[in-house]
Amino acid sequence: MILRTFGFSEFGFLVSALLWTVVLTIIALSGGGIVGFFIALARTSTHKWLRIVAATYIQIIQGIPVLMILFLSYYGLSLAGLQLPPLVAAGASMTIYASGYLAEIWRGCIQSVPKQQWEASESLAMTRTQQYRYVILPQALRISLPSTVGFAVQVVKNTSITSIIGFVELARAGQLINNATFQPFRVFIAVAALYFVVCYPLSQLSRWLERRLHARSHR
Amino acid sequence: MPEVIVENVHKSFGMVEVLKGVSLTVERGEVIALIGRSGSGKSTLLRCINGLEKINSGRIEIAGHTVSSDPKQLRALRTDVGIVFQSYNLFPHLSVGENIMLAPKIVKNVAKAQTRETAERVLKLVGLSEKFDAYPDELSGGQQQRVAIARSLAMQPKVMLFDEVTSALDPELTEEVLNVMEQLARDGMTMILVTHEMAFARRVATKTIFMHQGKIWEEGLSKQLFSDPQTPELRQFVKADVK
Repeated sequence: MILRTFGFSEFGFLVSALLWTVVLTIIALSGGGIVGFFIALARTSTHKWLRIVAATYIQIIQGIPVLMILFLSYYGLSLAGLQLPPLVAAGASMTIYASGYLAEIWRGCIQSVPKQQWEASESLAMTRTQQYRYVILPQALRISLPSTVGFAVQVVKNTSITSIIGFVELARAGQLINNATFQPFRVFIAVAALYFVVCYPLSQLSRWLERRLHARSHR
Repeated sequence: MPEVIVENVHKSFGMVEVLKGVSLTVERGEVIALIGRSGSGKSTLLRCINGLEKINSGRIEIAGHTVSSDPKQLRALRTDVGIVFQSYNLFPHLSVGENIMLAPKIVKNVAKAQTRETAERVLKLVGLSEKFDAYPDELSGGQQQRVAIARSLAMQPKVMLFDEVTSALDPELTEEVLNVMEQLARDGMTMILVTHEMAFARRVATKTIFMHQGKIWEEGLSKQLFSDPQTPELRQFVKADVK
């Protein structure tokens, strides 16, 4: 067997795999964002049973490893006769994972809008939907930006777990190249560097948003 | 028919009864000052009147609406009853103009041009015409409170409630808010105000109600009540304020 060396084309392969990491992150954040948004609303609802259902969902998702969600949707469902392609299984699992955390982050943001804002808008005869739409959510959104972007960094890194079911994203691509070149240091430093290139600007963005939020609230 | 009827209202927070059978009526155009120590139940009473707190028993009618726990009825009531809070509670993400135009637009479906006209009119009334595009955090406390009053007025309420609206303000800012309220009173607005400003109550309120331990302890025409208090509790309360 002839070993390849880690060169330009191998690096190109990693970069194209990085694209799948980014795609998976976008799926997770948009899917998880939509589901998480409604869970967050349910969590702050005035209906007791809605709150309980939402809280249970969040507790379950946060209480089990992403890996289990991934195994359940990939192997579990295939046993039930539903053979999901890796991208779908990975996308669905990461969506579920992200929804549980985003729901909890956003619940905190909604609840950190002072209760006087609810009273003032209620006293102006707004419906609950109008209160959310025009008064509470715009303020919660601003509060949520730093922590949401911060969470996106976690999602980018955690997509690496989907390599286990054979989805070729950055981590999996690194393994493949390493198997062919057996130059683990070079390969995985390149992989790590690529993760860093995506995550570092996001972290900085999150910190910048955080500072801006603070500056605003103390103006 | 009185504009406000409060009949034998009881209200408890857990085990603590804060309103122990309160009754009062307010005629159209009257200005009622609610005074008393903190914990006497005056703020709670005001909040019960627009349904922000649920009463345990009794009956409240205001501007032709009955206070109930039905959200639809409550909303109908609140289009006719404005309230201003101690902490202003402007919407910080909206400009002054947007703060004022929001509720008329989305609650009463008033056309945009008209909400703008109304907003400009009420802002002028509180003396802040030039602040239409400013944001709440660019205003002083007194200015914010005047905007809050304007925001309530834009709904064209029949009754206005004021909950210690100057308690968070410095003395010189207090004055500008009180002036706006006095102007409203002169224009014939029906008002109920919880206040610590005794001089203001005496001068502007037609009637003053002294609350003590969850009850109406003493009430009467403001001038009479302040100059000739009947109960030792009110006598002491008025004396403490003069000092």
